[in-house]
Amino acid sequence: MAIPRIRFDQITKSYGSLRVIDGLSLDIAKGEFISLLGPSGSGKTTLLMILAGFESATGGGVWLDGKRIDHLPPYRRDMGVVFQNYALFPHMTVADNIAFPLQMRGVRKAEIAERVKRALDMVQLGAMSERYPAQLSGGQQQRIALARALVFEPAVVLMDEPLGALDKQLREQMQLDIRKLHMRLGLTVVFVTHDQSEALTMSDRIAVFNKGIIEQIGTPREIYDHPATRFVAEFIGETNLIEGTVERVEADMATVRLAGGSEIRVQAGTAATTSAKVLVSVRPERIHLGPDAGERGNALRSTVVDSVYQGDHLRVQLDDGAHGFIVRSDRRTAEWPQGAAVVASFQPEDCWVIAS
Amino acid sequence: MLKTLQVLFGAAAVFFLIVPLIAILPLAFTSGAFLTYPMPGISMRWFNELVTADAWRRSIVNSLVIGCGTTMLATVLGTTAALGLRGRVVLGGLFRTMFLLPMVVPAVVLGVGMQILFVRLGVANSYLGVIAAHTVVAIPFVVVSVSGSLEGIDRRVERAALSLGASPFTVLQRVTLPLAMPGIASGAVLAFATSLDEVVLTLFVAGPNQRTLARQMFSTIRENISPAIAAAAFLFIVGTLLAAAAAIVLKKQRQRRTGLA
Repeated sequence: MAIPRIRFDQITKSYGSLRVIDGLSLDIAKGEFISLLGPSGSGKTTLLMILAGFESATGGGVWLDGKRIDHLPPYRRDMGVVFQNYALFPHMTVADNIAFPLQMRGVRKAEIAERVKRALDMVQLGAMSERYPAQLSGGQQQRIALARALVFEPAVVLMDEPLGALDKQLREQMQLDIRKLHMRLGLTVVFVTHDQSEALTMSDRIAVFNKGIIEQIGTPREIYDHPATRFVAEFIGETNLIEGTVERVEADMATVRLAGGSEIRVQAGTAATTSAKVLVSVRPERIHLGPDAGERGNALRSTVVDSVYQGDHLRVQLDDGAHGFIVRSDRRTAEWPQGAAVVASFQPEDCWVIAS
Repeated sequence: MLKTLQVLFGAAAVFFLIVPLIAILPLAFTSGAFLTYPMPGISMRWFNELVTADAWRRSIVNSLVIGCGTTMLATVLGTTAALGLRGRVVLGGLFRTMFLLPMVVPAVVLGVGMQILFVRLGVANSYLGVIAAHTVVAIPFVVVSVSGSLEGIDRRVERAALSLGASPFTVLQRVTLPLAMPGIASGAVLAFATSLDEVVLTLFVAGPNQRTLARQMFSTIRENISPAIAAAAFLFIVGTLLAAAAAIVLKKQRQRRTGLA
């Protein structure tokens, strides 16, 4: 890789005896959309604030395009920040808000007008230029905040849970809009969120934060299909974690004996070594319910504990005598009455082994 | 029932507050020579007296000069103090209390101290001395008022400005101060009103040339109870109301324009 746009090297941040970020290193490439995903208090926002220059790290260094920027104040860092509450200037019109970063850079008046107009068109709010922020809806304010952060073409765009205050429909629309802008303009984006589906939708890579460290970093597909730790498996989407012991490992497959006595075939990840105690992760949507296993390699005879209608799917709770698990079942298949005997079956490729 | 009682109690409280004004103000228009009811007739002679009699005219001018000086000085210093005390500051609580102290210290104590100090500094019996004295008692009002409006400013808005390339000074100039302007303006009005109203400190530090309207009223009451006092009081109240009304109108205008609270 060429020089990364952003490099965090061994970043540590402590408040007194409380360590919020613990020896974290991360490279972000130019043009990459990276999400920092984690529960609140996991250090993701603190890292973003260190990058923006609002917080200083207790230890470690931050580089932008190969130049160390730790000592630079926020106003010399060339980063566009979008805050959760938009943080527009309430006493300035929309046009003045967007013109602000350009004025700070001494851009000529005529050019400012030109670029403000283009930025407004980009977020499809050209008609709003003379309004004040308080006269706009939340979604419109967020678009203006975005336009303001992009208009000066910063090296990096930082977003701190920018969609958190919007309702679901608008949020999903904005996710796609931001994604499109990212691709069209080749932006480098660092996006902080606690919403895993948002991270999956938008990111090139996701860094999953937990207690001040990155638990796993990878593409959405890697994170979802091959979670490295129990925390990641449980935080990203819903999953069934079944305890077991590795019996045999053959090439890229392994056999795991479950606590209930039955054996299943699984994909052998790095965690699969003979007689290791492991957790097998199976996503609820990968499990089929039926009278028999069909073509699928693994089968567990179970009893239906509960089944709930969810609109686009049925959420079925099962018990095979040793563990309970959750299945997302196609709603067009039969209803599953409580107490019914059923075979839960799934492919070995859909089973992922995590060290327990 | 309870509602009626509430309204009655409210009306009684307001009546208690303004009845002295209602009692004195009509006497400003008396045609008689004494500050008593019943009034023999209606006339503007006492207002005429205010603008023609040298002592009254000069005291009005003095009040305006000292009031404006105090307003400027107290607003600048008070706003600076409020900015400095914003957020978590080492010994912030202590400093805040010190800034508010002139509100609670008896004016007489302050006055004696100032007189001694000002004589030493050579500013006794000067406009500068009176303005300085008034500024001391006006600053707390500005600090309280500006602090209140600074608290209402979202820090993230200032952070956003920093991240957009504005230096801290530019942020202050373009974001913080404009957003705190309602508090600064009402602080300035309060400072002006305080200066206009101040008698005790003026007695100690002002010389015969700095006689303010309030001071003039005070001494006139001792010498002869002339209805000119009521006329001066009338001007006083009208002036204060106008200043307050101007502040409200400005605020409303801004609200309508930006939709801000």
